[in-house]
Amino acid sequence: MTASLVIFFVLALLAIFAAVSLILQRHPIHSALSLIVVMVALAGLYLLMGAEFVAAVQIIVYGGAIMVLFVFVIMLLNAEEEERTNFSKLATYAGIPLALAIAGFIAAAIARSSGSLPAPEPSGALTSTKTLSNLLFSDFVYPFELTSFLILVAILGAIVLAQREN
Amino acid sequence: MTEFLTKYAFLIVPIVKIAILVFIVLTVDAYLTWIERKVIAHIQARWGPHRVGPHGLLQPLADGVKFIFKEDPLPSHVDKAAYFLAPFITLMLALTSLAVIPFGPQKFTIFGYETHVGIADVNISLLVLFAITALGVYGIALAGWASNSKYSLLGGLRSSAQMISYELTLTLSVVGVLLIAGDFSLRNIVAQQASSAHGLLTWNIFPQIIGFACFYIAAIAETNRVPFDLPEAESELVAGFHTEYASMKFAMFFIAEYTSMITVSCLATILFFGGWLSPFPASWTFTHYLPSVMLIPFGLWVVYDGIRYENLFGRVILPGVGTALTVVGAALVLFPALNGAIQGPFWFIAKVFTFLFVYIWMRGTLPRFRYDQLMSFGWKFLLPVSIANVVLTSVVILWRMR
Repeated sequence: MTASLVIFFVLALLAIFAAVSLILQRHPIHSALSLIVVMVALAGLYLLMGAEFVAAVQIIVYGGAIMVLFVFVIMLLNAEEEERTNFSKLATYAGIPLALAIAGFIAAAIARSSGSLPAPEPSGALTSTKTLSNLLFSDFVYPFELTSFLILVAILGAIVLAQREN
Repeated sequence: MTEFLTKYAFLIVPIVKIAILVFIVLTVDAYLTWIERKVIAHIQARWGPHRVGPHGLLQPLADGVKFIFKEDPLPSHVDKAAYFLAPFITLMLALTSLAVIPFGPQKFTIFGYETHVGIADVNISLLVLFAITALGVYGIALAGWASNSKYSLLGGLRSSAQMISYELTLTLSVVGVLLIAGDFSLRNIVAQQASSAHGLLTWNIFPQIIGFACFYIAAIAETNRVPFDLPEAESELVAGFHTEYASMKFAMFFIAEYTSMITVSCLATILFFGGWLSPFPASWTFTHYLPSVMLIPFGLWVVYDGIRYENLFGRVILPGVGTALTVVGAALVLFPALNGAIQGPFWFIAKVFTFLFVYIWMRGTLPRFRYDQLMSFGWKFLLPVSIANVVLTSVVILWRMR
């Protein structure tokens, strides 16, 4: 067992435990904190594959910006612990079998095709900043510009929604 | 034994380096509080700490002992997990961010393992640094929320809002430097500023003066220091997010704040002021004796100043320290190889301490911002200026490429 395999299992287990705790926690802040742990563990996995830039961006964007906003809103609204209702009981009884079924399907699919799944290339060639930006601004320039336009529309929408109250 | 060391050098050398760096940084943190109190006292025409040891030099030790032995009460109805986690997160992230900072140019080999001054040499070190600082908000936000006190909550909310707002400017102001260097590695950013003929004229500060202004202002806001220390505005919020913390947990927030001051000063030095590069042209070899010129008179002054005390300090410790400093200064003159090796770290430390002094100077000079002023300054002035700087730099670089 090599060192990188050990690190992979530690990070993967951390991500899974944090993801389960995200659902099981009763308090929104604790759930948000678990989600941050998932994000950071995922960044570690990207780092293990040699995708340093993606790992750093994962932490900066998801861990830093988006989750801070989540935590900030939960704190600002002073959200209390969630209460159990009849509907959440239904979710427990119907949800657990469904979740198990989906997990089983995914596991079966992975087990069946494990031979043909190509391993990610551990080289940093594709993930270096220069190659990444070259790709973004040459081959994928239309999807890239379209995405930024979409984000711009979303920002304008948010401003319009905020302005409406005045 | 040597065989074992050679085999596991890749593991042992970083651990030893981390231990040394943490020891140095924590000591500097402790003495930074002393420097801060002393400098501010002199700005305000007071003496500052001067009872514990000569010139109050043992005050940080006394404070440390007090922090450890103080009672640590747990406020009622706190969210225990988050309450205990918050100071640890803050301190851990503050210390981790120092790991990617290179302190000197040399590479050296220990037990067949090639390493350099600094812990990790990552090729995206600047991004890693920003990733770690981006997570730093959580410690403060959680501390404010978990304490179950309205002052803490308001302080935590204020600081999260402030850190999110100024993080944008902080990141954007660095883009100019990145465009010039074309590299995320802090080591290469310093190497790109080097020039043997012109000394300080090729540093990034000259083409990026606007970027530096935005960077430094945003960095002060990120570290929650005066004039942006609204999260702990004592006249409004008691002590902000750490109102309910006492003893060592309170000290951890303090250590984290001072450590991030050091990190930001290191970053400003590396990005804009040539890191470990000497400000003089390489042909001015006499400037290599500057460390000795400073050390020898300082050592002699310590001896002269120390013998006034009629106790252990005056008889043994201060004359001893003074003699040691003088001897080190003389040794640097006598052994050119040693002198050459310390040039890089000497300039790096000198620049970092200049920035730390500016931090303290500002605390002694400037009044605090009002909260709405802080927000409109960040969003309506600093952010547009840093975006304009990015555009301007790109245009100039494109113009030169033609």
